[in-house]
Amino acid sequence: MKRRAFVVSLPLLGLAWAAGCTDPRSHTHAVYMLVDTSGTYAEEIGKAQLIVHYLLGTLQPGDSLAVARVKSRSFSEKDIIAKATFDQRPSQANAQKRLLRDQVDAFTQTARGSVYTDITGGLIQGAMFLNETGAGRKTILIFSDMQEELDKATVRDIPIDLKDIRVLAVNVVKLKTDNVDPRRYTGRLEAWQKRVEGAGAREWRVINDIEHLDALLKS
Amino acid sequence: MADSPFWVIWPGNAALSALVWFVIAMPFLYAARKPVHELLRAVGLLAGGPLRLGSRWLLAAAKEMRERNKAVLLAHGHEEAEQQIAREFERVALLVKRDLEGYPALQRRLLDEITRVEEDYKKCGEVPPPPPDWVEAVGAVAKVKSNGNELVVRVLEEINRSIKVIHEKTLGEYRRAYEERHKILDGFMPFWRSLDKTLAQADRKMTSLADRAAAIDSQMERFEQIVKKTDRAEHALTVSALTQFFIASLVLAIAAGGALINFKLIALPMSEMVGAGDYLTASLRTSEVAALVIIFVEATMGLFLMETLRITHLFPKIHALPDGMRMRMLWIAFVLLVTLAGIEAALALMRDMLIADKQALLQSLAAAQAAAASDSWLSRIPTIGQMVLGFILPFALAFVAIPLESFIASARTVGGAGLVILTRALAVLLRLAGNLVRQFARVLVTLYDIVIVLPLLVERLVRNGRAPKPRVTGLEAGERP
Repeated sequence: MKRRAFVVSLPLLGLAWAAGCTDPRSHTHAVYMLVDTSGTYAEEIGKAQLIVHYLLGTLQPGDSLAVARVKSRSFSEKDIIAKATFDQRPSQANAQKRLLRDQVDAFTQTARGSVYTDITGGLIQGAMFLNETGAGRKTILIFSDMQEELDKATVRDIPIDLKDIRVLAVNVVKLKTDNVDPRRYTGRLEAWQKRVEGAGAREWRVINDIEHLDALLKS
Repeated sequence: MADSPFWVIWPGNAALSALVWFVIAMPFLYAARKPVHELLRAVGLLAGGPLRLGSRWLLAAAKEMRERNKAVLLAHGHEEAEQQIAREFERVALLVKRDLEGYPALQRRLLDEITRVEEDYKKCGEVPPPPPDWVEAVGAVAKVKSNGNELVVRVLEEINRSIKVIHEKTLGEYRRAYEERHKILDGFMPFWRSLDKTLAQADRKMTSLADRAAAIDSQMERFEQIVKKTDRAEHALTVSALTQFFIASLVLAIAAGGALINFKLIALPMSEMVGAGDYLTASLRTSEVAALVIIFVEATMGLFLMETLRITHLFPKIHALPDGMRMRMLWIAFVLLVTLAGIEAALALMRDMLIADKQALLQSLAAAQAAAASDSWLSRIPTIGQMVLGFILPFALAFVAIPLESFIASARTVGGAGLVILTRALAVLLRLAGNLVRQFARVLVTLYDIVIVLPLLVERLVRNGRAPKPRVTGLEAGERP
């Protein structure tokens, strides 16, 4: 890759300088990870920690990462556990990653389950965060069983905007009721796919095997 | 019926329909025979003519290019041979000045040594004095028979005793004389050795001079061939340029490999200086471009260094500079090169540190027990190696100027020769295509006649029927008078 970049860069260098311009597009990647802490799913928090570690090892200087929890009402900045836009300098970026790792590790030690699960609020919050970063590639990871449960006062039956955002559902475990009737599980995922794609998302994907996390950041 | 093509007369029997159409069309085809023949021939000429014309033009262009290439090649060879001869003469002049300047002294030393050797030789030539004359008288007395006479015996014994004494004395003198001669001869040895050494030295110098003279002869012969613009000289220069081209290409490829390693050494640490998130193009980071710029600047400084040292001749303006200015430029280029080499060494160190930091982070993220960093000198070898490489590579890149010059000089010849071959090949192809088109038109004319063979047969029969039969005379009939 480096060699190809070296060879390609020779003529491109002249052209780019002749034009006197740089590529105005953003090449950074912003990831917003929603971690479900409701009910029994809170037991899966260790896996979420692994995913965050994987993201920290993979994201490059200039990229952004935010980890937020999904609880009864998730449309709030207070639900963001840790966030960082990594510095352009690799050494500073590594320091920021260490700090973010410590914050997430501390959260996993103290995480408590919530009564309800507001995934939609988290998605809206995530989309707002990602759009503010101005990154070229935007991804929302939903670490959840995708079973949304809202209290009566919470209104989430509203149109959401996920334009140009990839939405990946990770570790979508089957519930007891899903085991009774698998159609509930597939129906739930299909409903989310329809909603996410209807909101203008670039891609909807479900990754249940966390051994294959390399698909997370592939665009 | 509705599914059949419009030309089918009998549905389900296309062959018969086609035959009927063919029979209907045949008279018309026959009627149009002459214009169709002319049309086909005209089309053949129309398509083949420009192709042949193009082929001729390309051949002429190839010839002109070859002439131009030859002129350029010979001019280049002329200049090169002139420089080489001038350089050989400079060497000979240096040799003559250095070695033959001391020739009179050498000759004087030789003459002195020869004179001394001659003198010593003459001294060796002195023989001891001959035995005294009375020896013969003693011999005569010794022959006297004693016959038991006591007096005679006593005299003889006395004579014998005296003779022995004299013999001892003479022999001693003789030996002394020989010892002296041997001493003189011993004294010869250093002179002989010195003489031999001096002569060998002179011989060596003369041989070296003769070798140089032979080299000049060879160069002069080559130069004469170039001046005469012979094909042999052109061929030799072309082969030489081709060899130079491939050698220079090989060295440049190796240098490109070195530049690639250099690039890998400094690309990552440059992101620490200019940031890792800026892109010039979709896949080209600004940090990579910055690393490339440093490599190019190093190569340029190397180019100027070689140019100011007068090793390469790519920039005539630098050669035309006064010596003082040229030397100043040389030092500036050298200092910049050393500075850049130092920067590269520092960047190589930074690269190592960044990689170690990233590795430590990844290990901590993987929750694996981080290996204790070893402070032994063995663990520092790669770091030191990278730093040394970072410092040396810019200087190695500086020498790229030499093969680059050869490459540029030989590329003109090789490219020109390649272009001539390509043009000729294209000309042959066009000629071939032109001929094919013309022959194809003839084939079409014949095919047309085959298609309308029936009307043609009828025409022949009608003509034969109308034509008056030739008169057959008796003679022609074979009747003999």
